Amino acid sequence: MKFAVVNFPGSNCDMDLYYAIKNGIKQEVELVDYRALSLEGFDGVLIPGGFSYGDYLRSGAIAAHVPIVKEIIRFADEGKLVLGICNGFQILTELGLLPGALIPNEKSRFICENVDLKVINNQTIFTRDYQASEIINIPVAHGEGRYYCDEATLMELKQNDQIVFQYQENINGSIDQIAGITNKQKNVLGMMPHPERALEKILGSDDGLKLFQSIINYQRVNN
Amino acid sequence: MPNKSSRVIAGPGEDAGILDIGDNQAVVFKAESHNHPSAVEPYQGAATGVGGIIRDIFSMGAQPIALLNSLKFGPLKNGQTKHLVNEVVAGIGGYGNCIGLPTVGGEISFESCYEHNPLVNAMCVGILNNTDFKHGTASGDKNLIVYVGAKTGRDGIHGATFASDEFTDTNNKQRSAVQVGNPFIEKLLMDACVEIIEKHSEWILGIQDMGAAGLVSSTAEMASKAGSGLVLNLDKVPQRETEMTAYEMMLSESQERMVLCVKPEYVENVLDFFRNFELDAVVIGQVTTDNRQYKIYHHDELVTDIPVDSLTEDVPEYDRPEKQPQRMIDDKNYHFVPEITSLKDTWMKMITRPNIASKKHFYQTYDSQVKANTLVRPGGDAGVVRIQGTKKAIAMTNDSNSKYVYLNPFVGGQITVMEAARNIVASGGLPIGVTDCLNYGNPENPEAFWELDKSVEGIATACEVLDTPVISGNVSLYNEYNDVAIYPSPMIGMVGLIEDIETLTTSAFKAADDLIYVIGQTADDFNGSELQMEQLGQLKGNLRDLDLKKEKLHLDIVRQAINQNLLASCHDLSEGGLAIALSKSAFENDLGFTVKTELSAAQMFSETQSRFLVSVKPENQGSFEKLVQEEFELLGRVTNNQQFTVTTRDTTFSLDEKLVKNDWKEAISCLMM
Repeated sequence: MKFAVVNFPGSNCDMDLYYAIKNGIKQEVELVDYRALSLEGFDGVLIPGGFSYGDYLRSGAIAAHVPIVKEIIRFADEGKLVLGICNGFQILTELGLLPGALIPNEKSRFICENVDLKVINNQTIFTRDYQASEIINIPVAHGEGRYYCDEATLMELKQNDQIVFQYQENINGSIDQIAGITNKQKNVLGMMPHPERALEKILGSDDGLKLFQSIINYQRVNN
Repeated sequence: MPNKSSRVIAGPGEDAGILDIGDNQAVVFKAESHNHPSAVEPYQGAATGVGGIIRDIFSMGAQPIALLNSLKFGPLKNGQTKHLVNEVVAGIGGYGNCIGLPTVGGEISFESCYEHNPLVNAMCVGILNNTDFKHGTASGDKNLIVYVGAKTGRDGIHGATFASDEFTDTNNKQRSAVQVGNPFIEKLLMDACVEIIEKHSEWILGIQDMGAAGLVSSTAEMASKAGSGLVLNLDKVPQRETEMTAYEMMLSESQERMVLCVKPEYVENVLDFFRNFELDAVVIGQVTTDNRQYKIYHHDELVTDIPVDSLTEDVPEYDRPEKQPQRMIDDKNYHFVPEITSLKDTWMKMITRPNIASKKHFYQTYDSQVKANTLVRPGGDAGVVRIQGTKKAIAMTNDSNSKYVYLNPFVGGQITVMEAARNIVASGGLPIGVTDCLNYGNPENPEAFWELDKSVEGIATACEVLDTPVISGNVSLYNEYNDVAIYPSPMIGMVGLIEDIETLTTSAFKAADDLIYVIGQTADDFNGSELQMEQLGQLKGNLRDLDLKKEKLHLDIVRQAINQNLLASCHDLSEGGLAIALSKSAFENDLGFTVKTELSAAQMFSETQSRFLVSVKPENQGSFEKLVQEEFELLGRVTNNQQFTVTTRDTTFSLDEKLVKNDWKEAISCLMM
């Protein structure tokens, strides 16, 4: 498989994600500039964490207006795989590819911590290698990671099995302890925790590896 | 200070020092203080301290890999101090998190003398892949001076002189002297500078950060080092405000700006390169070699024409009168004798002292894992970051114990270095170099100058024994409020090399039945201790001389034990002594211990130097004891019953691990409410 890591000005987990693909699951990967106009030839698009344009406005708000986003939207609409992590998740909600919003943490402080997540839906392209209800340990690092949506949207998320990860302990005040969701079609995943930082035991956890392996295993089975 | 070793590629006088770590790679590091700006505008003061130190690293061509910090405040008693602490911590996190560098270590302590004059020291460590690159000079006739980065405004004018002024009730509001940071711009600038030096070093002759005293000091230093002259045209300088005078532009300390010296044939390449990162990049001047004058034009008028060296080389040197502080003479023979009626109660009290309690409340707001190379996060003895693509890792620590330096500047200086070394060695690293921030009061006061002089001597003697050259550093003087000085507070930033990450060691006990040892003898060292502060409420007495030979021997033994894979855990003994080290080693994996010792209850809190707390798997007992030979005591075993059971020669008690841990963990959060 060939992945694009989209590099926005201020992205700072771009190389972490690059190495996760290159060394973690040994697939092809390229950094794609935010000014690029095409994602032709890629099988998956990854939007990394960081502080795009400094996030001085709402997180991800300015990044949602750069040239590459039209192509990301086309890519998602065609049912191709899009993964946004942390700032990537924030950008995906700003683009409207995922419902809801990410607002400042309940305690208004940045939090960097290894947290336990529960895999709520293990039937997605991104999670099929996990057991249902498996508890995994993945780092978070964010100041604006509190997921919010209205009641109707939450109902919809539940009915369509769009909630993929929940925090075991609600570290940031997210509604329904949501840590990651997909769109209705399940080809776009946004999550605040950083699976790309959890690929090796020596870094504290390798529980993130299965997320990336799920993607290539799915591709293998379906090609 | 010693500044030579077989590893030194660049030492003091550059933006940062460089040490060879083999395989054509080098480690680059420096620490810097931002004390006064942080007192006036804590968020921006701390944030721009971080931003400035990062620029010092990437201006050497190195890729920054980690940040550390050392912070000192007044006691967490009033709202103003809590505000300062919250804002400084937020500023440090705000900058480091946004630019995407992990903050992997540091320290925070609280003493009354810092209430109106907090200390904010930040350190950055980087890896240099192009060890041939020559940095920081402006040489060669007609070569061009290029300005890159943020626009120049009126912020930070006189920042450097303000930083060297004293605070009093009537003089504490120079807000305009504080700079404002923009980590987003710095991220672009960092990525661009690292890439241009790695890939296109032939385009550029020099590169330097615009730090203290902005354009004037950076350009003059570059010209001076190259032995050339310089002409600048200020009309070309990108400006954020209108009607700025030449004086304002030259002295502005607006952040996130660099100057480069570029060969004329590559100037378009360089400008295009930076513009691709959406950064301002313009030619603002030229190198001259016909004379060594520093000339500035503004609105077509020559506004400055002076010899370059008058700005950089011909600096005044001061030899101030000095005098041993009276307190040292008065209290020379005083020995604090603690009183312990209940070891259990004292243990619980000590574990919640702000200087000892967990600092997680603060450091969990720092991203410690971005870049996915952090092996040991804050909370351990040293932060450890691996070097991608190799088996190596860099261990790093920031240490200071100003209480000791206050009681005896010479011995205190030595202890500061050795404590840093113990932190590095306990992590499995070999100490290879040092940077420092020397924070003191007014040197015109003879007692303060004596403290500065003696503690620097102490630092120098300790560094010589360790073969750790001091390759960079920073001095912050006039840290006073209403004529009362802070404790003399040298901060040591030490870097260690771990050749193979397999030897990485942490302070946490690993498994039940492992044997617990203390390496080094424990005596009645209570002067300057946390126990003295707890029971007497003040510092008093002298310190014993530090046996540097013995210290070195213990460091070497621990290194050998780690390299032979004999230690399950290793922890430096520092504030609060054995009692605190045992507790902290047990917390991470929620283990307990049963300990029986000939020491007294009070000695459990003694702060005798040159000691380590280690745990050893039972099957390694023979090899370990044979290696250490003497000066160790087998204290007991790690248990999995979550009980701390301690028998000293005068008392015995048992405590629930969960209870102790909870108090240790929550103490700071409670105080910050």
